[in-house]
Amino acid sequence: MTLQELRAMREKGQQAMDRRVGGDKSIEIIVGMGTCGIAAGAKEALNAFIDELNSKDVRNVVIKQVGCMGFCHSEPTVEIKMEGMPDIIYGNVDANVARTIVHSHILEKKLVDNHVFDKPALDILKRTPGKEK
Amino acid sequence: MALNNFCLVCGGTGCESSKADEIFKNLKKAAADHGLADQVQVVKTGCFGFCEKGPIVKILPDESFYVEVKPEDAEKIVAEHLVKGRPVQGLLYKTPEQVTAKSEEDIEFYQKQIRIVLRNCGIINPEDVQEYIARDGYLALEKVLFEMSPEQVIEELKKSGLRGRGGAGYPTWLKWTNTRKTQADQRYVICNADEGDPGAYMDRSTLEGDPHSVLEAMTIAGYAQGASRGFVYIRAEYPLAIHRLEVAMKQSREMGLMGKNILGSGFDFDIEIRLGAGAFVCGEETALIQSIEGKRGMPVPKPPFPSVSGLWGKPTSINNVETFANIPVIINKGGDWFASIGTATSKGTKVFALTGAINNSGLVEVPMGTTLREIVYDIGGGIKNGKGFKAVQSGGPSGGVLPASLLDVPIDYESLTKAGSMMGSGGLIVLSEADCIIDVVKFYLDFSVEESCGKCAPCRIGGRKLLNILEKITKGKGTVEDIATMEQIGFAMQRASLCMLGGTTPNPILSTIRFFKDEYLEHIENKKCRAGKCKDLVTYSIDKEKCIGCTVCARKCPVNCIAGDRKVPHEIDASKCIKCGACFDSCKFGAVLVS
Repeated sequence: MTLQELRAMREKGQQAMDRRVGGDKSIEIIVGMGTCGIAAGAKEALNAFIDELNSKDVRNVVIKQVGCMGFCHSEPTVEIKMEGMPDIIYGNVDANVARTIVHSHILEKKLVDNHVFDKPALDILKRTPGKEK
Repeated sequence: MALNNFCLVCGGTGCESSKADEIFKNLKKAAADHGLADQVQVVKTGCFGFCEKGPIVKILPDESFYVEVKPEDAEKIVAEHLVKGRPVQGLLYKTPEQVTAKSEEDIEFYQKQIRIVLRNCGIINPEDVQEYIARDGYLALEKVLFEMSPEQVIEELKKSGLRGRGGAGYPTWLKWTNTRKTQADQRYVICNADEGDPGAYMDRSTLEGDPHSVLEAMTIAGYAQGASRGFVYIRAEYPLAIHRLEVAMKQSREMGLMGKNILGSGFDFDIEIRLGAGAFVCGEETALIQSIEGKRGMPVPKPPFPSVSGLWGKPTSINNVETFANIPVIINKGGDWFASIGTATSKGTKVFALTGAINNSGLVEVPMGTTLREIVYDIGGGIKNGKGFKAVQSGGPSGGVLPASLLDVPIDYESLTKAGSMMGSGGLIVLSEADCIIDVVKFYLDFSVEESCGKCAPCRIGGRKLLNILEKITKGKGTVEDIATMEQIGFAMQRASLCMLGGTTPNPILSTIRFFKDEYLEHIENKKCRAGKCKDLVTYSIDKEKCIGCTVCARKCPVNCIAGDRKVPHEIDASKCIKCGACFDSCKFGAVLVS
């Protein structure tokens, strides 16, 4: 093997390896993968995220799969957490929207307006019966 | 279809023996059954270190950390986690406060660790060189061969302050310089993987989890010292490490990373494996060389040092597995970076095998200067079964004990030597109040006497004499003078033994006399063993108030020395009692007394 071949091999493997180890993972994509989410296409959205991040060579993102987020009417739902942007939940995220989120939200720091959902979870919690003061 | 998930299955010896291989196969099969074969990559990695909770399976990208996984859990992990995206709650690690940890970050065992030596353990597949390369593998070799002179390599090591991780802490750069400056037509590089301390498995895990890092470093060592041949001396009891090493060597040769004209640089270096038969003394460098030469493994007097006249009379440098594993990182990140970690005299990190009476036993890598308290309580999670801390045995049979008063001493080569112990290869055995210090020392001495090669008198005779005295004390026949006699013999052995095996054999005794003299005196004067381990000093009796006459103990007693009718308090005939403790263990009413 030549030096060039070694370097090419290292380059090629590095991206996959970066996803396996920690390092700078300041951006979080959380995909709701409850039964309803999966039925509504969360897996396609998840694959689109991975694919798009790979092709744009964005490495500081960790993608997490979580259970149902409770917005069954607007599944698949995805939450994005990153520095310099508010935590945002997007609804009805299909593969195309997922790609748009990578472009605008993550790379250009612009909200994808027509898919934004508010994050009411905290408000709901405050009004949970039995927990009121 | 892109890969969405990785399942990292621990493939260290500990987890393998708890069916990790079956888990690995089941995960692959389950993934295929669910039609995910091309989306999920199941990887068998090196040791994660958290052996207490093995087998371990880690799922990426969400970093779920599953512990104590069983082969039959594989289907659940795939069906629930990978298909539906719901982590299997029951398998996630729970902290002592019963909080479920979502990832490694939440587990206190990992929080104080810095991983340099173990950087790839638990991440890459050790049998795939491409994964090693993707983690900056062979980058250091590339840099060394094409951008650095041998002198520059040694200079970088000097800057780093790296010292031998085998125990004695000799500066690595100096060893290499000495070998390099000896005129010769051939020089040799040896990797000492003859790890033999009871309870220590740092080197084995490094070779199992990241064999290429050692091969790369040995090649760098060859370049820096002008050697073209290397040997890995590894004990035959490490079959998995040997297998992974062989696989790694085959791959390196095929890819031109080992052998003639490496990467087209014109530099030749080849490595061979030599299997040791498991004699402890063969970890001593001169005995190791004898063994590679095909002779009986016995030390020879130094000087001449191996760097002048070693293997087949040629200059030879011998470094430990862990020392080697540090080197590629030092070359890549620079000596200054490495020197920024650790204490004034001891740089970098140290891998310890934490075992004994501790909650989280496992493999830990911490910066030099970490205190024992941090290792035992923060990483190790404290003493098992809520018992009290007694001491930590460090350095194996050559080391000593560190009592509670030294819990806050930052650990480095100097502080351990000052405390009468030594770094050794890195075994840390935690002792609780349920352990008898003399019994523990007797265990180590037994080991050293067994492993003494018998060549020199101080070690052969001195070790046996010490053991005899210890046995006398544990039988309640010791005298106060015995303590001074042991110190005298130990003093002579330290100075007159041919090699460090004999020279360090008395260490466990001397350090315990220093810190636990009261326990020796208790055994000698009061004929009492507070931990109840020394059978001859223990008597069992029955509390007549508490005994309800259930007859359980009488039926359990193997020598029928317990007499008594039903519902009448029993009695032990002390003259027949063999002190097996069966009555104590079987009594449900706490009526059997030990004194």
